[in-house]
Amino acid sequence: MTVELSRVERRRAERRRPRVTVVGVLGELLITGGVLVMAFLGWQLWLNNVISSSEQKTEATQASEQWSMSDKGEAVTPAPVERADPGAPQVDIAPGNAEHFANVIIPRFGADYTIPIREGVGVKDVLAYGVGHYPDTQMPGDVGNVALAAHRTGWGEPFRKIVDLQVGDNIYVETEAGWYQYVYRSLEYVMPTGVGVLNPVPQVADAVPTDRILTLTSCNPITTAAERIIAYAVYETWYPRAGGPPAEIAAVAQVAAAG
Amino acid sequence: MYGALWRVLPFPAWLKVIVFVVLAAAVLTACVLWVFPVINDLTAPIDATVEGG
Repeated sequence: MTVELSRVERRRAERRRPRVTVVGVLGELLITGGVLVMAFLGWQLWLNNVISSSEQKTEATQASEQWSMSDKGEAVTPAPVERADPGAPQVDIAPGNAEHFANVIIPRFGADYTIPIREGVGVKDVLAYGVGHYPDTQMPGDVGNVALAAHRTGWGEPFRKIVDLQVGDNIYVETEAGWYQYVYRSLEYVMPTGVGVLNPVPQVADAVPTDRILTLTSCNPITTAAERIIAYAVYETWYPRAGGPPAEIAAVAQVAAAG
Repeated sequence: MYGALWRVLPFPAWLKVIVFVVLAAAVLTACVLWVFPVINDLTAPIDATVEGG
């Protein structure tokens, strides 16, 4: 009986309490804040990536169209499998900072994967919009090392799937001159200060390069920045623009032509 | 706070629910459009580059 009574009393006491209390409002504000923080994380890790990466693809595709001058919806004819030796690749002069001068096309990352490459590795002006090309590393096609950087988490996360690369996968760098084909070879993990990966001969100081290397850098482990993950690819051949794109990425080029 | 707002609104319950949903959607939209990008720029990005130091 006494328990019942005290319960009733408690209810009465509750009814007498003011409906809006400081603690109550504070609690509701904190819950609201928590929900908004979760919303921010959802936006940063998912929604914004969907938007950014779609914008980056569109930008890369438009640049490709412009370079091809095939913006009238003409079909792009892929280069034949058997073709004449294209000779030494054309090597352009390094562009100004943050200038969009190339696209990177990696079929392993998706059939429509093409992301703009800008000169430099500035966080605000380059990496927020796609892939960056380390200044003072070689230009696509050149003997030495073409080093690229991109986010693995957030900002469109162009290199999110970097560990999915398999030996023999093709990585294409598209410029106005054409398509440079590199073949993925290996991964390496270094500390954030491991600038040796940018050497003309990666990890060998003051060596005279003879190979044409493509190096991708991103953060590791995923979502953190304790280390860097490095992917190396080796030059295979190049496709001058007039001869058409390689058959493997003709779909990306077709989208560009139809776009 | 929300309870008080619920009681103050002079609508039937179903309309109050709609008002609350619209308010929540407006707050979220404002966050996505203006607040989140600013916070994103303020927070240190996860560095993807190698550099001396």
